Amino acid sequence: MADSTSSSRSAVTRALAASGRFWWEFLIGDTPELFVGAVAIIGAVALLCLDHSARDWAGFVLALLVAGLLVGSVWKAARKAR
Amino acid sequence: MIATTVHSGNVIVVVAVFLASTVEMVEALTIVLAVGITRGWRSALEGAVVALAALGALVVALGPALVHYVPLSVLRLVVGGLLLVFGLQWLRKAVLRAAGLKAKHDEDAIFAEQVAELAGSEGAAGRDATAFVVAFKGVFLEGLEVVVIVITLGTTSHNLGLATASAAAAVVLVGIVGLVVHRQLSAVPENALKMGVGLMLVSFGTFWSGEGVGVHWPGSDLAIPVLVAAYGTVAWLLIRAVRPARVDTPVELGTAVPIVEADRG
Repeated sequence: MADSTSSSRSAVTRALAASGRFWWEFLIGDTPELFVGAVAIIGAVALLCLDHSARDWAGFVLALLVAGLLVGSVWKAARKAR
Repeated sequence: MIATTVHSGNVIVVVAVFLASTVEMVEALTIVLAVGITRGWRSALEGAVVALAALGALVVALGPALVHYVPLSVLRLVVGGLLLVFGLQWLRKAVLRAAGLKAKHDEDAIFAEQVAELAGSEGAAGRDATAFVVAFKGVFLEGLEVVVIVITLGTTSHNLGLATASAAAAVVLVGIVGLVVHRQLSAVPENALKMGVGLMLVSFGTFWSGEGVGVHWPGSDLAIPVLVAAYGTVAWLLIRAVRPARVDTPVELGTAVPIVEADRG
């Protein structure tokens, strides 16, 4: 009885670990700067949007920051090559 | 006006899902063909079909539940963030490959590697467990990315059915082409497709995460094609800026330069 409980618990642990590994690889992988950068950008724009008058132009800021994040990440990889 | 904006949003969802599904299914087809040729078709096709059924069940189970139980603003924020991260990864990879700074996904090499691995042991006459598992894993793992794209784009655009149909059309098309030519589709311009999908995912991610935090987009849904064009311009300029000077071949062909990152899919 105790054996079956502990084996089912270890199966759940293994499944959780596998799921965690999948999502880590899926969202972060070898480019953690993209995940951290995207979360930071969305957070910054959310703060900006607390001021209702900023909501009309916050989209431009969001798009510019996202483009900047892409440029920064590609530039970092390109510099490694040189 | 409303009909036009809804139409343009739906067209981009259909195109994004179709292209993403095509890219992933070409990769899956390479594995299934390698298994079928070396171990026999019955178990390879069974593994592929069971994997497709499992992926379909995931969409049916998760898609409607998300729409019913999660508030739209939260859904858009989370889905927008996911698409943004996911799209930036695809776009970064495609830009680096186009600039010749990252190895291209080589279907011929993957096919040869799979055949060499599977040819070591004899295929079984009846049901072949190895062939089934390898084909199942190939299709299921490649398809998971498609499922995430279908669910996120489908639920936030209120068109899960259309997104699912678009993915299914890509699976059928790649399957038919694979059957007809009977070899891996290494001639498919995979990096160009990945670039297109990356641009669309980043654009949808920007739009929906913005809507989720309260951004008022000028022109509503019409902002999406504008974002696609703007990010496309940035990607094009970026490829030209980072491509090493001695490479003067067209973007899609530029590979004869130092590779800084190995291919990870």
